Amino acid sequence: MSSGQPGTGASPSSESGISSEPIAVQLSGIEKRFPGVVANRDVSLRVRTGTIHAIVGENGAGKSTLMKTLYGMHQPDAGTITVNGQQVTFSSPSAAIAAGIGMVHQHFMLADNLTVLENVILGSEPTRRGRIDLVKAAARFADCARLVGSHISPHRLVAELGVGDRQRVEIIKVLYRGARILILDEPTAVLVPQEVDELFGNLKELVADGATVIFISHKLDEVLAVADEITVIRAGTTVATVLPKEVNRRRLSEMMVGFELPTGEPRGTAIGTQVRLELSQVTVAGVLGAAKPLVDDVSFAIHSGEIIGVAGVEGSGQFELCEAIMGLRPLASGAIMLGGRNVTELSAKETRGEGIGYIPFDRHREGLMLSAPLWENALLGRENEPEFKVGPFVAAGKVRADTRAIITTFGVRTPNETVPAFALSGGNQQKLIVGRELESDPSVLIAAHPTRGVDVGAQATIWDELRKARDAGTAILLISADLDELLALSDAVLVMYDGRVNARLTPAEATPDVLGTFMTGGEQEVG
Amino acid sequence: MDRAALQRLGVTAASTVGAVLIAFALGGLLLWFTGHNPFSIYRQMLEYGTETPQLLDTAKRAGPLILSGCAVAIGFKMNLFNIGVEGQYRVAMLFAAVAGAAVNLPAPLHVAFVFLVAMVSGAAWAGVAAVLKVRRGVNEVISTIMLNAIAIGLTAWLYNTFFRFEKLDSAGRVSLDVKTKPLPTSAWLPDLIKGSSGRLSWYFVIALVVALLVWLLVFRSTFGFQLRSSGLNPVAAQTAGIDSKKMVLRAMLISGALSGLVGLQALLVDEHSFKPGLAVGLGFTGIAVALLGRNHPGGIVVAALLFGFLQASSGILQIQDVPKSIVDIIQGIVVLTVVIVNEAVGRWLDKRTARGTSSAIRSGEVLV
Repeated sequence: MSSGQPGTGASPSSESGISSEPIAVQLSGIEKRFPGVVANRDVSLRVRTGTIHAIVGENGAGKSTLMKTLYGMHQPDAGTITVNGQQVTFSSPSAAIAAGIGMVHQHFMLADNLTVLENVILGSEPTRRGRIDLVKAAARFADCARLVGSHISPHRLVAELGVGDRQRVEIIKVLYRGARILILDEPTAVLVPQEVDELFGNLKELVADGATVIFISHKLDEVLAVADEITVIRAGTTVATVLPKEVNRRRLSEMMVGFELPTGEPRGTAIGTQVRLELSQVTVAGVLGAAKPLVDDVSFAIHSGEIIGVAGVEGSGQFELCEAIMGLRPLASGAIMLGGRNVTELSAKETRGEGIGYIPFDRHREGLMLSAPLWENALLGRENEPEFKVGPFVAAGKVRADTRAIITTFGVRTPNETVPAFALSGGNQQKLIVGRELESDPSVLIAAHPTRGVDVGAQATIWDELRKARDAGTAILLISADLDELLALSDAVLVMYDGRVNARLTPAEATPDVLGTFMTGGEQEVG
Repeated sequence: MDRAALQRLGVTAASTVGAVLIAFALGGLLLWFTGHNPFSIYRQMLEYGTETPQLLDTAKRAGPLILSGCAVAIGFKMNLFNIGVEGQYRVAMLFAAVAGAAVNLPAPLHVAFVFLVAMVSGAAWAGVAAVLKVRRGVNEVISTIMLNAIAIGLTAWLYNTFFRFEKLDSAGRVSLDVKTKPLPTSAWLPDLIKGSSGRLSWYFVIALVVALLVWLLVFRSTFGFQLRSSGLNPVAAQTAGIDSKKMVLRAMLISGALSGLVGLQALLVDEHSFKPGLAVGLGFTGIAVALLGRNHPGGIVVAALLFGFLQASSGILQIQDVPKSIVDIIQGIVVLTVVIVNEAVGRWLDKRTARGTSSAIRSGEVLV
């Protein structure tokens, strides 16, 4: 492992920097330019040792650039980094690791086919006579696991672990490398409420032990709940550092976006009477003849102008349910009626032809062709609509005009419709998908995590558009891990657990506590 | 096309030319190591190659490579690696030769009939690999390689067992030049240019027209959009309702139909009958041509002309006592350098585009 540049003194020295108020990380006047862009300017940040310090800001505000600077993934153009009282220059992440800084990325970087222990030691294996010293590794693993209060067996395969445990493994991995300053990039994006609570518990144990946590997020409630101090970044620069008790959620989000947010107003229109989508006892068989069905006996109906939310721990059958409705996955039994027509046996293409839109779970995997221009992405799934065809050819002119309409209506921030999709930020990519699926006025829309990983501004836009579509009569099935979103939009919330719908709640009944109980399989009776 | 796209095209073209130049430089080093003066050899190749007979030969050699390259490119566009062009056109040649010799039709119809038979049999042979992939998940790389070997054996056996045509020479003896029954002149492809310095048949024009049609199909049609979508992101395409199995089947059948045309110059212009060993290797060279042409029909035409030129001008090498295989080596190096350079330049371009876009957005240059 290489160390920092000569003379930087990039070594863990938390013990030596004793002062009245020890500072783990201090950034002053950091500026980072990319050709034509100033990603960070005049950033100042003081993170006290032994605290949880949250950094909040919209996507694209420069949080990630700043953290990459601190983690040595690139060098700042101006400004200084001080770690534990010593000024440092990190030439690479390994220099940052040597200085005791570790980063847990938003997307897990674990090998499924290795055990927990193997994943943790990967790249820094202790060796004895040329062989991996598993005894030593296991002992050190146990020490690190204790720090986060984890009881994961080191010999389990990572493939068997749930999301929360995987994240804990990532944290242990960073601790194993000697990190005392942890950077967590949007750690709660993939967790359910109980897992979030557990994570926060773990983090509090860590800081109690003297470690320092830098926590990047845009989920303000969580930030307010867990952070000791909060620094807001807007447009590349630090706006303010506040204490959680000094601010509320609203004030914080206004600091983030720089303007006042629309509130979740109650709906002004009535739910329609016409049933648009009806599922009766839909069952989807398990993979390769597994006995347990992935979707088990699910029935519900959505009327025109109604939004039905689906809550549930990820992997409880929501994905398979959506695929079954879209004709992408065969049913073992049951029936699906779309606008009064039985679509159970129809192919995906035919189902789409019935006027159903789908905002898929993972925009990069299922929603976009990243290297293709926006207008081709906007055409995907609609290429057989008569208005976009001239004989056997694509009516490129019309598609491009339509794409520009989506861009302006849904506020996709892009110079034009020909840039490739990868050049846009996640929120803007998502707005394009939402626009694509709503532009053809579908009678039914399946929206899976419509605002996952998008910033507050984009979230407001997408919620508004979903409400508009609902008021215009679209029946919406909303799958979300964001309880705020479910409660803000849904007329009723279904909870899925283990492939089954085990509760149907009104938004008033669906408090986070109640939802959490059902999401983890509780059978508590409600109203 | 907007400015950014033009720039991208320009950079891509320039980098490909650069890659070809690197390949020539490496080939030059090889010449130098073997005791030749690369500058003099290249100059002679250029002078000799740009004489009219060699230019006609260049176009002639380019024809089958254009078709072969297009056949490979259609597969590539949806991540199907059709290595079986070689076997597909061998099968097509045999069936086209036999069927063409068995009927009598007026000239244009007869040629069209032979083309049709070739396309159908090429598609049928490719269809085997397609069905194996769709039904049983057999990787098309494996199956087409195997089918190449089977095609060579199968055509040789069919030819020896059923279709050998024992031609008698003027003395009444069996000719040593054994082929299938010759095609009547009505099935021959006429010449486009015929002069003292050489000739070029309409086959070259047909190849160019097919390349144009392939461009329309892949880059302008709805089907082509679905094909490219399936290649760019198969999961997203499937989620959008594009049936991936059907797309695999169609892409392979079209690729096979194009492959069927690859051997027709040898059949309808040169030999007028089939024999084993006639026009070999065009399918494999087609893979190189598709890579060099970046799977775009326009690029493929240029790449095929370059390879045709190299082969046509290599005649001078023997006179200079330089092994002709230097041309094969340069062709091989070209493919390697192009793949490497394209990969590097592609990444650089992507980064540049991402940066350019975000700076445009930051400076308020957005569509509202």
